[in-house]
Amino acid sequence: MADLKVALVGNPNTGKSTLFNLLTGLNQKIGNFPGITVDKKTGFCKLPSGKTAEIIDLPGTYSLYPKSKDESIVFQVLADKNNSSYPDVIVLVADSTNLRRNLLLFSQVADLGIPMLLVLNMTDMARKEGISIDVDKLAQRLGVQVVNISARKGEGLDTLKQAISQTTPLATQVNSIDARGFAPEAVEAIKQKIGTKNDYYALQVLHQHEHLTFFTEKEQEEIEAIEIGNGFDTVKLQGEETVARYRHLGKILSDVVVDTGAQKKFTFTDKIDAILTHKVWGFVIFFFILFFIFNAIFSWSSVPMDLIEGGFAWLTEKGHEHLPPGVLTDLLMDGVVAGLGGIVIFIPQIAILFALISILEDTGYMARVTFMLDKVMRKFGLSGKSVVPMIGGIACAVPSIMSARNIESWKDRIITIMVTPLVSCSARLPVYTLLISLVVPDEKVWGVFNLQGLTLMAMYFISIIAAVLVALVFKFIIKAKERSYFIMELPVYRMPRWKNVLFTMYEKSKTFVLEAGKVIIAISIILWVMSTYGPSKRFEAIDAKYNRIEATSTDTVQLASLERDRAAEKLENSYAGLLGQTIEPMIKPLGYDWKIGIALITSFAAREAFVGTMATIYSVEGADGDGGEMRLRDKIGAAKDPQTGLPIFTFATAFSLMLFYAFAMQCMSTVAVVYRETKSWKWPIIQLVYMTVMAYIAALIAYQLLK
Amino acid sequence: MRQFFWALNTVFMLVNKDFCMKLSQLNPGQKGIIVSFTDAEMAVKLMEMGCLPGEEVEVERCAPLGDPIAIRVAGYQLCLRKTEAAVIIIQ
Repeated sequence: MADLKVALVGNPNTGKSTLFNLLTGLNQKIGNFPGITVDKKTGFCKLPSGKTAEIIDLPGTYSLYPKSKDESIVFQVLADKNNSSYPDVIVLVADSTNLRRNLLLFSQVADLGIPMLLVLNMTDMARKEGISIDVDKLAQRLGVQVVNISARKGEGLDTLKQAISQTTPLATQVNSIDARGFAPEAVEAIKQKIGTKNDYYALQVLHQHEHLTFFTEKEQEEIEAIEIGNGFDTVKLQGEETVARYRHLGKILSDVVVDTGAQKKFTFTDKIDAILTHKVWGFVIFFFILFFIFNAIFSWSSVPMDLIEGGFAWLTEKGHEHLPPGVLTDLLMDGVVAGLGGIVIFIPQIAILFALISILEDTGYMARVTFMLDKVMRKFGLSGKSVVPMIGGIACAVPSIMSARNIESWKDRIITIMVTPLVSCSARLPVYTLLISLVVPDEKVWGVFNLQGLTLMAMYFISIIAAVLVALVFKFIIKAKERSYFIMELPVYRMPRWKNVLFTMYEKSKTFVLEAGKVIIAISIILWVMSTYGPSKRFEAIDAKYNRIEATSTDTVQLASLERDRAAEKLENSYAGLLGQTIEPMIKPLGYDWKIGIALITSFAAREAFVGTMATIYSVEGADGDGGEMRLRDKIGAAKDPQTGLPIFTFATAFSLMLFYAFAMQCMSTVAVVYRETKSWKWPIIQLVYMTVMAYIAALIAYQLLK
Repeated sequence: MRQFFWALNTVFMLVNKDFCMKLSQLNPGQKGIIVSFTDAEMAVKLMEMGCLPGEEVEVERCAPLGDPIAIRVAGYQLCLRKTEAAVIIIQ
């Protein structure tokens, strides 16, 4: 248990998250993009006094008055004394290169009367730009400790830790403005109502009690009544307060900040921006970067993926050779190992994808993409800020839907949440990879582009186009609650922090294996059982039939083929087979047989299960025949329709399947997160229904046209 | 005397009016001083981001499709849509 709770508060892009990582040692995701820190993050830090501090990283915000959902968390935490995150000390992190704007938040937070200290980050950058800050004078005027640090270089940490342990339990900051003066009667009434002595806290409660969940319904009504009774004009008063605060800060900062070369810092960023947001080159570079990502996912991962695939085939073979034959070995090899292999193989691709996305965020390029695409996105009912969740959707819809919290307008946010799962995520990657490698030849076009890579890119484009078109439909259906706006800081370009990139890679791959892995292994085992056992009467009949035929035969080749037929017939009559056959009439028009039907059913929990399911089904079928050394790709490619003798995985079936997986909502985690983020079942249900219908129709059209 | 000042003030305001324009009307590279806002709700958000009356703003560049625009204000770069820039009256 911690002796002290410390909350980090600050503007976006102040290096707050970097400082958090330095203090706690628990490395987490940091981006250069405003508002990337959406979830509450905590860690522990040992102070020089021997005490342990729990550090809480709050979302970046420019003001206590929230513009978006994640920003509203800051006041929610600081307003509620009974909240488990309510801090004993607030560390306000400010960017030294832009002190006045950063101190607006400081002065608001300071007036809440919680003990605090001010951290001036990026002091090295400020010095380089000719900005000098008189720290002692500033500390004296604000009445709090002021500490200089450089989180990027790791300078000033010990002083900061010392300062945290020296903070007094009573707030020392000098009051800045007269909060009571804005609405004297209403503030007095609130102070009596909720029993606080703090004028500014009372004023804030008047402004944003709607966001504060700890008030009961009756209290909310009473506060509302005070607000109306006193003619409390929240917009006008916020404006007055902001002006008053800046006037106060002007006094505080006079002869504290000396700026000699304000223009210098932009020249580098300006030069890059001239190219990266250029009318023509801006888009060319953006598409080049996207293409680079897809190409990298496919080509860089091929060597490690082949190694992993070969490794698992070898493991299965050795397992069958050396372990005593029996049900348990079969379960282990054909259920668990086959399912596990289906996940582990995608680690290289997921690691590459997350590394590249985190580089784009960290350098500040993602903010420029937002800037460039806002106009286009707005036409489709989205905002420029929807680009980040949608590009993130290429990795995983779950964190992306959470990152949509920084979209200010409710309608823009809901539409973004509704369409993000359409963007092809890394879980579809295994499905695409497997199917593309089956039906698209591994050739080079114009000697440079890999045909399989191009097909993969096309799948991603189709998914993004679908997302944008669906957004357009929602734009006309959903009614706006408030107007949409787009006011965003463009951070200066910086080198990515390679440590963070590596950490993101590791963290995301680990999460994928553990989270997806649990589901997939469970499904694999259930599936193995269901496909190995069936109604006993049917199985007895099959055994009796083959035993009779085999008894009359002595030819070893014929015997082996009979064994394979027996296994196939057993699979067909197993519980899984029966289930697949039940839905076969429904999926027949899409070009799928009952085996694919089983994969579709298991994929509704998580689409990654497709490959594992295929692996399990095909190794069950092949287990008694010619060993497990055949690779999954070859097994599936060799699969034939028993009646016609034609391969099942034709071009038409593969594309129909890819489109089905591209559009269908086959992810329980996404359904859960949409419910959590929208606080109603309405949206996840609409999403599930429209996506499934869309998937079925798209797959149907594709198969009927291509077959 | 009083009337004279009143007249002078009116003339000044009229002249001044010609110099006042919306931020959205500036071309990249042009500068202005923020005078006021035409929308109270937007004004709060803009002021929190450092766009205060009296502050110098420069239009840095337009997005490739003409909207939003990137401005330099209070020592950093801010981007906003043209409809939002139209709320800011500059001199």
